[in-house]
Amino acid sequence: MTDPQITLYRLQACPYCERVVRTLNRFGLEYQSRYVEPMHSERNVVKRVSGARSVPAIVDRETGVTMSESANIVEYLEGTYGDAATDGGRAADDAATDGGRAADAEGGA
Amino acid sequence: MVEFDVVDLPETDHVEEGDTAPDFTRPLINAEYWEDSALDDAVDEPTLLLFHPMDGAFQATYLYNTVDEHGWADDLQVLGLSISSPYAHKRLLAERGEGARIFSDPGAGVIEEYGLDHDIDGMTGITETRPAVYLLDGDRTVEYAWVASEHPEFPDAEEIGDAIDRLVD
Repeated sequence: MTDPQITLYRLQACPYCERVVRTLNRFGLEYQSRYVEPMHSERNVVKRVSGARSVPAIVDRETGVTMSESANIVEYLEGTYGDAATDGGRAADDAATDGGRAADAEGGA
Repeated sequence: MVEFDVVDLPETDHVEEGDTAPDFTRPLINAEYWEDSALDDAVDEPTLLLFHPMDGAFQATYLYNTVDEHGWADDLQVLGLSISSPYAHKRLLAERGEGARIFSDPGAGVIEEYGLDHDIDGMTGITETRPAVYLLDGDRTVEYAWVASEHPEFPDAEEIGDAIDRLVD
């Protein structure tokens, strides 16, 4: 078994994580889920990888990108693997418009 | 003195020495996170594979204390398996079993495939494992096996230690 190109750090039943999962599925991207604990203090592995304890966070070995915050991640996935990758980035721009709000709700490190 | 009653467990057709340990995929928990992992992917080196009663049972506690006391996780890969949830495994690993990782098999499907399933009187609906210790080489061949035939029964640490020495030295 070869490891999927994307590792997703996630929390069980976290809506922001599910949003990223929906986007990964939409683009047919292979990913490996790594589940962490709800308590922020229990998430040192996420902090080591991404610089923050927030989830979701992804590591994309194909592009070398590591990223937190679901709005940013969705925007990145759309821009890299979606229609936006071929339409000059329009879809990514659209996705970015509600990004700030969603990211605030996720909370930081 | 109260007599210490030990009950014989019925004979089963379980995985034994010389068999190839059946492959399976379950969440594998370490001190920080868990992810689906196939036994075959995890085992490419000598491995101590421990089937143990659910986390919190004294049999599980003693087993990891024994692993720690003998430093087995320094000698080879140590993988446990029980029906407990990933969250329970993380709590266990925060206290003992340093360096070990534990598979979560709440539906006991792996336990049944290995022929180790065991009903616990008074815990309706829960399928447990009888304690079992397997020493695997890097291609999942069982080099040493111990499976409880009585309830309760504990593995012989000295015997396991000798088997580890034979495999990894």
